[in-house]
Amino acid sequence: MAGSLGVDWAVAWTRRTAQVIGEHRDELIELDRQIGDGDHGENLTRGFAAVVAKLDGLAEPPADPGEVLKLVATTLMSTVGGAAGPLYGTAYLRAAKVTGVPELDAHGVVALLEAGLEGIVARGKASPGEKTMVDAWTPAVEAAVAAADQGASPAAVLAAAAEAARAGAEATVPLLATKGRASYLGERSIGHQDPGATSTALILAAAAETAA
Amino acid sequence: MTAAVALVLVSHSALIAEGLRDLAGQMAPGVEIVPAGGDPAGGLGTSVDRVTVAIEQAAADGRQVLVLTDLGSAVLTTEMVLELLDEGVAARVRLADAPLVEGAVVAAVEAAGGGDLDTVRTAAERAGAAAAPAPDEVTQDGPAPHEAAQDGPAQDGPAQDRPAQDGPADSGTISGQVTVKNPLGLHARPAAVLSRMMAGFDASVQVNGVNAASVLELMQLGATQGQVLALSATGSQARAAADAFIGAVDEGFGEI
Repeated sequence: MAGSLGVDWAVAWTRRTAQVIGEHRDELIELDRQIGDGDHGENLTRGFAAVVAKLDGLAEPPADPGEVLKLVATTLMSTVGGAAGPLYGTAYLRAAKVTGVPELDAHGVVALLEAGLEGIVARGKASPGEKTMVDAWTPAVEAAVAAADQGASPAAVLAAAAEAARAGAEATVPLLATKGRASYLGERSIGHQDPGATSTALILAAAAETAA
Repeated sequence: MTAAVALVLVSHSALIAEGLRDLAGQMAPGVEIVPAGGDPAGGLGTSVDRVTVAIEQAAADGRQVLVLTDLGSAVLTTEMVLELLDEGVAARVRLADAPLVEGAVVAAVEAAGGGDLDTVRTAAERAGAAAAPAPDEVTQDGPAPHEAAQDGPAQDGPAQDRPAQDGPADSGTISGQVTVKNPLGLHARPAAVLSRMMAGFDASVQVNGVNAASVLELMQLGATQGQVLALSATGSQARAAADAFIGAVDEGFGEI
């Protein structure tokens, strides 16, 4: 387990994500209420609860991490009503495409995170600094790459990514939103942490926690 | 008979999508219009599954499909669906960058008139420009003299994209006048009837300075009962188009 992460980790990560998102449901709702439409916490909680129900109902255990991530992707797309559905759906789908292997080493974890970021950017067309999920994902990927280049373990790569995502989410507070629903608020979006960046930080924290 | 182009209306609100289906459908009989509003739990939001089903229904029988959306995540959801759809179906679907309500009305009328997918999409996307602030020089008292001229008012969007307005110099211009007779004036249904009718002629018809083949521009005239409309038409069927327009207005659209 120490040297690589397999399907058990992918399942544990997914279940832990559902738990963490559920625990932070009210916080996400409140963040989204301030600068969005208030549905992010509810939508994600519902989406990940549906993912867990799907996992519980599987006739056979998933074969590899990619299979788990694909299940997350398709379920989120079908059950999350806001922009988060297509955005996380695409992120997980792209990540699933590069994780169809039994075990992920540090570079495999980096590839997973890079594919996720690419999916979000491809779908949402946001750039860093626009007060979106991208502001958590981008530093997470950068930190993961740096850690892997220094020979870190997969768990350490995820820990670095999670920490960078958390800092990135916090750094969205002073930003002016120019993408997504918050952009309708213009200057009033300043001073609030972006809910999408916050949920990204939670998801990556769950990934790190379950890999440790 | 069903039109070759169907519409899918993606809104965060099921009520908006369904209401708009009714509104646009009233003006475009025979056009398949499928609403896809609301999130998977029946609340406000958008649903990949719902949009997928709607597009597949709209695309049945080989129809082409124009999708119109409201706010951001409706666009994301639709793009996601198009990526996941069977390629044979996705190839017949386009996403319009158009205002939802005006775009759907214009697209429905255009589709009812037999327009192909590109024509319907272009018409919908131009609805944004036509929806600009109403012309203040069109008064309830009838047209000011310059409005009957061929060079339409400047507020009506990208003039270079419109049917040629400068046709054969003077010689080919047919002018006429008609008084609005029906009590409700040129509301949505008559405007749709007229614009469809005008689209069928090889002619460019201006009424009070706006394009008579544009349902939105006709509606925005806000012409009420008793108002005089000044008409000028050019093109090979200018006479027939002008006569048809005057005849239809004169008959009061079955409301008198």
